[in-house]
Amino acid sequence: MQHKLRKTAMAAIVLGGLVAGVAGCGSSGQAGGNTAAGNGTAAGQTNITVWDIQTGDLQKVIQSMVDDFNQSHPNIHATVQFFENDPYKQKLQVAMGAHNPPDIFFGWGGGILKSYIDAGDVVDLTDALNSDPQWKNRYLPSVMNAVTFNGHIYGVPNNYVQPVFFFYNKKIFDQYGLQPPKTWDDLLHCIQVLKQHNVIPIALAGKDKWPDLMYEEYLVDRIGGPQVFDNIVAGKPNAWSDPAVVQANQMIQQLVDMGAFEPGYAGVSYGDGSATALVYTNKAAMQLMGSWDFSSVLTNAKSMIDNGELGWFPFPSVPGGKGDPNDVAGNPSNFYSISGDSKNKDAALTFLKDAVLSDNTVKRLIDLGQVPPVQGIESQLQQAKYGDYMTFQYNMVKNAPHFQLSWDQALPPTEAQQLLTDLDKVFLKQMTPQQFSADMNKYLQKQ
Amino acid sequence: MERRTPWTRTVMMLPALVFFVAFVIIPMLMAVYYSFLRWNGIGKPKWIGGLNWVQIFHDPQALHALRLTVLVMVLSWVIQTPLSLLIGVFLAGRERYRNFFGILYFTPLLFSSAAIGITWSYILNPNFGLVLNIIKALGFSADAANIVGNPRWALLAVACVISWQFIPFHSLLYQSGARQIPEMLYEAAKIDGAGPWRTFFAITLPQLKYTVITSTVLILTGSLTYFDLIYVLTGGGPGDATNVLAMDMYKQAFMNQNVGYGSVLAVILAVAGVVLSIITLRLTGYNRMESQLEGM
Repeated sequence: MQHKLRKTAMAAIVLGGLVAGVAGCGSSGQAGGNTAAGNGTAAGQTNITVWDIQTGDLQKVIQSMVDDFNQSHPNIHATVQFFENDPYKQKLQVAMGAHNPPDIFFGWGGGILKSYIDAGDVVDLTDALNSDPQWKNRYLPSVMNAVTFNGHIYGVPNNYVQPVFFFYNKKIFDQYGLQPPKTWDDLLHCIQVLKQHNVIPIALAGKDKWPDLMYEEYLVDRIGGPQVFDNIVAGKPNAWSDPAVVQANQMIQQLVDMGAFEPGYAGVSYGDGSATALVYTNKAAMQLMGSWDFSSVLTNAKSMIDNGELGWFPFPSVPGGKGDPNDVAGNPSNFYSISGDSKNKDAALTFLKDAVLSDNTVKRLIDLGQVPPVQGIESQLQQAKYGDYMTFQYNMVKNAPHFQLSWDQALPPTEAQQLLTDLDKVFLKQMTPQQFSADMNKYLQKQ
Repeated sequence: MERRTPWTRTVMMLPALVFFVAFVIIPMLMAVYYSFLRWNGIGKPKWIGGLNWVQIFHDPQALHALRLTVLVMVLSWVIQTPLSLLIGVFLAGRERYRNFFGILYFTPLLFSSAAIGITWSYILNPNFGLVLNIIKALGFSADAANIVGNPRWALLAVACVISWQFIPFHSLLYQSGARQIPEMLYEAAKIDGAGPWRTFFAITLPQLKYTVITSTVLILTGSLTYFDLIYVLTGGGPGDATNVLAMDMYKQAFMNQNVGYGSVLAVILAVAGVVLSIITLRLTGYNRMESQLEGM
């Protein structure tokens, strides 16, 4: 009898343990959603969650935007969660796969967004935007390309334009009597002069690999125009063998041969600030980087900006090239999209319409030196503290016939990753331009 | 008489067993299942049979990653074993100053891999790093400081930093192993007139045989799946110079959104780890658990 009791007790313990284990696994998956929704819940309120990746002062802008929204919309309570850039992409991927995403997610447009759209995970905003022309026409048209697929719009810009251009150290340029280069040959001349004086001509954060890509994006566009990359995205056979791609890679290797980049550039990271530090510590004269680099200098070496020692110029034109020298590459903006699994799509839509890039948010962004992609802010920009810089960017984007979304965002992930690795090898001269084209052709994917 | 495991023991084992099944066995089986899918982690998975498994034999990148992994294993063992052995045996002595050194040597154990990776990437920074200044002070060209950015040296640098992180742990193993060696063996050696080197090779090393095996298995299986520090320090670059199998697995599954193919690599890594441990144990007779102290 007692023996039997023991056995039952044991079975109970076993079962209990198992149930606890299983329950533990199950609930941990939902915990993120619950805590987010649980904040400040009041009766009758709809809760929405927003995921974002801003840091520092820009994070505060987003937080203020959400706080403003919650105050003016007593029926909706929005909560924003911030993540670090690279882990965020995986986090979102896992959350989407588990059908447990936030109501509104942050994105870059292009290939990654496309894969979520194909899986039916993103809400089509076309009708909502078309029914409210005032809302739709607020944004600069060129930035919307990154979230438009087959004529349908899946996101709205949520922060600021991020064109890529050269930053330069005016002190060094003045010291050696150099002018911001307008053509490729001017650039080569600058590099030669700087090399003679033992100054690093260009800082390059090669460890992160995506800074390498900026050279490729601009050179291919300047040499062959946007059609070359359009063919690559469309997956046309041998699109990577386009003469423009080969020539661009030859020009990149020309820079490498000249010693245009700092020693050990393949081990220098942008993320830890060491590439930009080369510019503001007067070790390097230039860096090709996205507009966000301005904030990085502002944070670390404000005096450089106050003394007017930081300059900027567009990527030089390439003689004989087919591309328009006004074309821009970079990130048109970041975007918010609504997930298909959201239970509060209407509230999320209200958030996109009323909170995102509201007048106050636009003002706060401008105060931080960022240029939001909205119409009619010229005078605001000029009056702002860093008005020159911002007007430069705004006009650059407004006047660009073509704004090329960063290739690693525009391409399907496998092709993008291989591109980053192979291009790194081109910069290291482990691969010739011909080998690069041949290898990349294997990864062409039809979209 | 029938010999049975007492039920108390079964109950005691249960919690651990539940966790082992939930977090090791089930994920492993899932990885095997995933390896037969074409799945980007988001949309609907598609069953494609053995295609992923066929692909791996035609993938020069995987082969390259395998070569690098083996290289990391060999380098890790070659660097870590002699140094850990020396430090461990040195620290086994009971003098105060040895404890002091012990505290210094063991500190890396307290840091997370990410912290170590970031710290070392600053130390090795070719333009601002400590190593640059040392190299300059020694009168070498500044180009010599290009270590993690140089495809030729990056892997060795990674192996050295891994060793810096794990030597303390293995030293700890050797320290406790060396403290277990009966004092009388040393006394006997002393009476026979053996010097310190002779004592080390004739007594300490043979007595530490099983510690060496344990440590070797841990080094080999550990460096097989080593990921976090490489991710932080080089991200698999420059080019693909440090793109070991574990790194490739991560990139395939999460960055290329190719979960099926990443799972193939995961399964291969897991199987390789188990096979490696079994071989090491078989070859060395560790699993027979024979005593070295018979007759004492």
